[in-house]
Amino acid sequence: MSKLEFVSPEGYRIDGRRPEELRRIQCKLGVLSRADGSAYLEMGNTKVICAVYGPREVTERRKMQYDKAIINCEFSMSTFASSERRKRTKQDRRNVETALIVKQTFESTILLNLFPRSQIDIYIQILQSDGGDRAAAINASTLALIDAGVAMRDFVCACSAGCIDGSPLLDLNYVEGTANGAELPVALLPRTNGIVMLQMDSRLPIDMFERVLRLAMEGARAV
Amino acid sequence: MNVEILTPQPQPPKKKSRINVQHVMPGDIVTTEVGFMRGHGTFVEEDKLIASVSGIVERVDKLISVRPLRSRYTGEVGDVVVGRVTELGPKRWRVELNARQEGQLLLSAIHLPGGVQRRRTQSDELHMREFFTENDLISAEVQAVYSDGLIALHTRSLKYGKLENGHFMTVSPALIKRSKNHFIHLECGIHVILGTNGYVWITESVPHAVASSDVSGDQDISAKVYKVITAEVREKIARVANCVTALAHCNVSIHADTIMNTYSKSSVLKTKDMLKPEKIYTITQYNPKNEEE
Repeated sequence: MSKLEFVSPEGYRIDGRRPEELRRIQCKLGVLSRADGSAYLEMGNTKVICAVYGPREVTERRKMQYDKAIINCEFSMSTFASSERRKRTKQDRRNVETALIVKQTFESTILLNLFPRSQIDIYIQILQSDGGDRAAAINASTLALIDAGVAMRDFVCACSAGCIDGSPLLDLNYVEGTANGAELPVALLPRTNGIVMLQMDSRLPIDMFERVLRLAMEGARAV
Repeated sequence: MNVEILTPQPQPPKKKSRINVQHVMPGDIVTTEVGFMRGHGTFVEEDKLIASVSGIVERVDKLISVRPLRSRYTGEVGDVVVGRVTELGPKRWRVELNARQEGQLLLSAIHLPGGVQRRRTQSDELHMREFFTENDLISAEVQAVYSDGLIALHTRSLKYGKLENGHFMTVSPALIKRSKNHFIHLECGIHVILGTNGYVWITESVPHAVASSDVSGDQDISAKVYKVITAEVREKIARVANCVTALAHCNVSIHADTIMNTYSKSSVLKTKDMLKPEKIYTITQYNPKNEEE
C-alpha cells in the first residue's frame, strides 16, 4: 500500500498548494437580515456562517453581570457538513469545547465593560467542513461582531498549522488534518501580535513546536 | 399562479460624497496627536487613539468619536420612542426598545386618567395591568439615560401612551434622525409616529385624537378601543408602510418630507407593486432641487 505523500518531492501538497500557502478566503457581511450582525466565510472548501445578536437584554437573570456583558456562544456543525451525513447535537463534546474556545477568545477582545447588564450571543454554524473549522469559526465571528457594531480591540485572525512527517504545513485541510500529525490553531490580534487562542491536538516535539507556531502566526497575520 | 424571476437590477448611480469621510476598522489608529478627548467607539492604548468599531470618524472640536455603521439604538434624553411592554415589575414596566437593554417605565412617570397629579397609591400599583399589559405597544419619551445604559421613559403628555388600531414596523435606527416633530400628520389622513429607536407606527389620523385634557379625562384609559377601519384607509396605511420600507431599503433617511415625496411618486403604482425591485428605486429618488421648481 503506497503511503499518501502529503508533500510531494516538488514541494506541492495534495491540493496543489505550497506548504506556506493559505487557502482562498471569501467573505460576505450582513447575510442575515434579522441578526444584528452576520458573516459568511469560506476558507477553501470550509464554509462557515455566523450570526451575532447583541448587546441585548440578558435572558437568564441570574447570569447578569452588573458591570460587563456576558458572551454566549453556540457552535454546531450541519449534518451535511462532512463527507458522510452525521448528526451532532449541540451538547456534543467537541462542539461545546469549540464554543468555549470562541467565547474565551472574544472575552479578551471585546470591550465588555462598555455594555453592562447585557448579553452578546454568537451562533456559529459550519455548512461545509474541510479542515480548519475552529480557525474559520473565529474569523467568521470576528466579521459578524464587526458587522453588529460591537466594540472590540482589534480584529481576531486565526489560522491553523500542523506538522506532518516533519514538515510544517499551513492551513490544513481535512485530509491533512486527520493524518497522524499535530494541528495547531492559533488566533491573534494583528496590531499587537498578541496571541488570543492557542490549541493543540496530539503531540509535537518542542523544536518543531516553535517552527509550527511561527508559521501559524504568519498565516494568521496574512488572514 | 404569478411567478416572477428576479434578474439583477441596475443599481442607482452612487452619489459622490461631498465630504471627505474617514472610515476606520477596529484596531485602526485614529490619531496619535495628544489633546483630543475620546468619544464613543474609541479607546486609548499607549498614547494612541484606536477605533473599536467599524465606522466613520466624527470630529467635533476636541472630541473624536467613531460612529458605527450599524448599531443598536442608544438612548438620548428627549427622544421619542415606540416600544413594546415585555414585563411588569414592582411599580414599573419593562419596555423593549431595540436598545442594548430593556427600557423601564416607572409607574410614577405615566399620565393618569383624569389628568390629576396625585401620589400613586397601592391601588394604582395593583391595577398596573389596566394601564399597560404585556405585549402592548406604547409611545414614550426618554426621560433619562443612566450610566450603565438603562433608559428611563415617561409618558407624561397626552400624545404619548398606548398605541392601538394601526400598523407597526421596524427600520434601522440610523435612518431616523432626531428632529422637532416625530408625530407626523400626512395630508392623506395618515398619522405616523417615527420612534428614534427604529420602530414606526402608522395609523389613521383622528382629528380629535390630540385632545385637550378635559375630553380624555372622561375616557377610561383601560378600555380597548377597536375601531372599524375601512378598506380605503387600510390601503393608504399599507401604501405609507411600503413607502417607509422602500426608503429603508434604499438607505434614505426617513422623515415627513421623504415619506410624502415617496407617497406622491408612488401614486401611479398599485400598492402591492411598490416594493418590486425595479420600481423601488424610482419612487425613492429624493432631489431637493425638484422641490424648489
